[in-house]
Amino acid sequence: MDLKLITWLIPVPPLLSFGLIVLFFNKWKRLSSGIAIFSMVLAFLMAQVVFWQSALVHGPKLAEEPIHSVIPWLATGPNPEEWLKMGVMVDPLTAIMLFFVSITCLCIFVYSTGYHNVGMPEGKHNKKGELPEVGTIEVMYSRFFAYISLFAGAMLTLVVADNLLLLFVGWEVMGLCSYLLIGFWFARTYPDPKRITPFQAAIKAFMTTRVGDVLMLLGIAYVYSQTGTLSFREIFEPAALAKLAETPSYIVGLSVAGLAGLLLFAGTVGKSAQFPLHVWLPDAMEGPTPVSAMIHAATMVSAGVYAVVRMFPLLHAGLGHGEFTAPMLAMGLIGAFTALFASIIAVAQNDIKRVLAYSTIAQLGYMIAALGVGAWVAAAFHLMTHAFFKALLFLGSGSVIHGVEHGHHHATAHSHAAHEGHGQGEAFDANDMMNMGGLRNKMPVTFWTFLLGGLALSGFPLVTAGFWSKDAILGGAFEKMSEGNWLGTVVFVMLAISALLTAFYTARQISLTFLGKPRTEAAEHASENVWTMTAPLVVLAIFAVGAGWAGIEHTFPVLGEMVPNWFHSFVGATVENTVELQVPTEFTPVPLITSLVVALGGLALGFWLYAWRKPLEAGERDPLAGGVVYKWMQDRFYFDELYNLVLIRPTLWLAQWTYTFIDKTVIDGFLHGVARSAVRIGEAFRVFDRVVINGGADAFANSIKELGLGFREVQTGKVQNYMLLALLMTIIIFILFEIPLPALR
Amino acid sequence: MVPLMWYLVVAAILFSIGVFGVLARRNAVAILMGVELMLNAVNINLVAFWRYLQPDKMVGQAFAAFVFVVAAAETAVGLALIISVYRNRSTVDVENVDLLKW
Repeated sequence: MDLKLITWLIPVPPLLSFGLIVLFFNKWKRLSSGIAIFSMVLAFLMAQVVFWQSALVHGPKLAEEPIHSVIPWLATGPNPEEWLKMGVMVDPLTAIMLFFVSITCLCIFVYSTGYHNVGMPEGKHNKKGELPEVGTIEVMYSRFFAYISLFAGAMLTLVVADNLLLLFVGWEVMGLCSYLLIGFWFARTYPDPKRITPFQAAIKAFMTTRVGDVLMLLGIAYVYSQTGTLSFREIFEPAALAKLAETPSYIVGLSVAGLAGLLLFAGTVGKSAQFPLHVWLPDAMEGPTPVSAMIHAATMVSAGVYAVVRMFPLLHAGLGHGEFTAPMLAMGLIGAFTALFASIIAVAQNDIKRVLAYSTIAQLGYMIAALGVGAWVAAAFHLMTHAFFKALLFLGSGSVIHGVEHGHHHATAHSHAAHEGHGQGEAFDANDMMNMGGLRNKMPVTFWTFLLGGLALSGFPLVTAGFWSKDAILGGAFEKMSEGNWLGTVVFVMLAISALLTAFYTARQISLTFLGKPRTEAAEHASENVWTMTAPLVVLAIFAVGAGWAGIEHTFPVLGEMVPNWFHSFVGATVENTVELQVPTEFTPVPLITSLVVALGGLALGFWLYAWRKPLEAGERDPLAGGVVYKWMQDRFYFDELYNLVLIRPTLWLAQWTYTFIDKTVIDGFLHGVARSAVRIGEAFRVFDRVVINGGADAFANSIKELGLGFREVQTGKVQNYMLLALLMTIIIFILFEIPLPALR
Repeated sequence: MVPLMWYLVVAAILFSIGVFGVLARRNAVAILMGVELMLNAVNINLVAFWRYLQPDKMVGQAFAAFVFVVAAAETAVGLALIISVYRNRSTVDVENVDLLKW
């Protein structure tokens, strides 16, 4: 089959699966998940065909001649050649995206069946939108698979899109899916009123990302108005880019490329949860864990980074005039700050998923910062490796939570009367790492895969993928730094500290969860999960370790000469005409040493503090806890409270004011005034009607009647009266007409 | 010769007596008699005008003869009505016969 056709078809099966499940098959749970997985397998196979064909047959020259197919789409002029075109394009960047997106999605689809207890009995007390009882199948199982199918379809659409508009369509559909899936357990509530519920978290995520999306749409519109096209290939023509970089925009000192780049980057800030729009991602963890893995770690938030990676030639345009362009400056600062800031918060979180959420924010910050210093290939590389190990970590955490929930169920079923059952489950927080410990032996597969994922996240040297991609980013930043670029210095230092913290909190997380002794009954009774949950972990673990070998810098001692830097030559070719890629000529030891020190140092410190020194006992506090700073970190530096105070309250107040004053007083008052005056006028008319018209008519009729009554008296009925009258009349007529009787005289 | 005017005056007097009888009398038969007087007053006029103004034509006499005939018929009808009224209401007093009233 033609590769173009296959590319067109990649997003189709999941989208079709969404329609089929929603419309026809939602009553049959196993059939629904079967359809969803089958469709994802189809998409996976097609994506892999496209990837391997691209990688092995086309190679780097795919950048020059991408698999590209367009159809005229929106009639924007009389001439079909001028129409807005929609199409698919596979260049090396798209190919690599297809590779890891399809793998992670498929793993997560399979994992979801186990996570939602397929094959288990229906719970008696389960209600829609509430967490099902432990060991029973999810009530809205079919719905879940419909949503994630739609999500996968949208993500694949975004990846194969050849223009900004189609990308934006996929982008928005994913935003919708994110909303639907975060709020999947929409009826769930917590005993703690301060804790955000899934329903609130869904709205929060949707509203926050909306801020970025609107700005991004403005950016797209701006690009279109300036270039007349949205196709990546046409925008990235060197001549077009040069023109955009030279044309001044509305804002003094910014070129068109700069302003458009900043606006497009704003979309990424929202989608990839960068500061200051990072607040939604930790709360998005209220969704089911496969969702957290898929949407909020591996794919959707990566799509934000993908968008700037894809648009990088535009963001980079005009670099010749200075050390960095405005969008790159913004990316460097925001990315580096976010990476550091989120890592600091992650150290003090106790919710296993929230730690990962903050680490996701930090890692995305890494990629953004890498783009800021121009390390394009490193950013794309980290995008891929991060997707693998973060999906692995999330699925692992889901496995842990699932195991602990089972353990808790098991423990309560034995120690308490059975009738207490379900209500007990809500008070116990299965996400809290303080309730875990010692799961190493209970859940071996989860432990070993989680360990690999954690090491990849911390950048454990040589064996993990995270090391190679982080090293590449630090190397890129260091190179800028050694050129005397202050942004490079800032990024390098912040990312290095962030990497240290990352390693530290990863060690903390692994120690608290898996090492030491069980701190609760639930952890004591936890058990390994079904194979559908562990198999994806193993697959992802392989990639989390192995994917790094594709992108080892060729200057790296020994290994660099042995293993070709395939990733750089293949993916880097995508932008080689438009971006000056850094190709290090000789080995620089500083970034490597830095990355070794921070990774190993952070891990050692974390393991020492939480495991080797003395594992945390039940009820014991975190050894770092107690200080004011720790409290701030735990409360996430009060950004939620700040936004609540600065943005949400005034908005609510404005809404209330608009409601009570504008709507209730002014508009309603005006309408009521109109209505009231109409009533008044009506009443006046009624008086007029009654008095003048009715009264006049009545008076007229009455007077006629009176007249008749008066004249009635004339009619005596007596013949003689009539005759007398006739006589009188005759006499009168005679007198009146003065009948002349000349002849009588 | 007696002038025409005298006849006319006599006829007028007679007519007036007839009118008075019709208007003033209560008895229906008397009213009918008044009517007869008025008719006869007209007859006097007709004959007098014929004799004085156009004696060569018979028009006046013919009219007078017609009036006699019509008067006789009218009296017959009138008496029949009066008898009928009397049968129904046991009176011939026109004051009490006021069925034409509203």
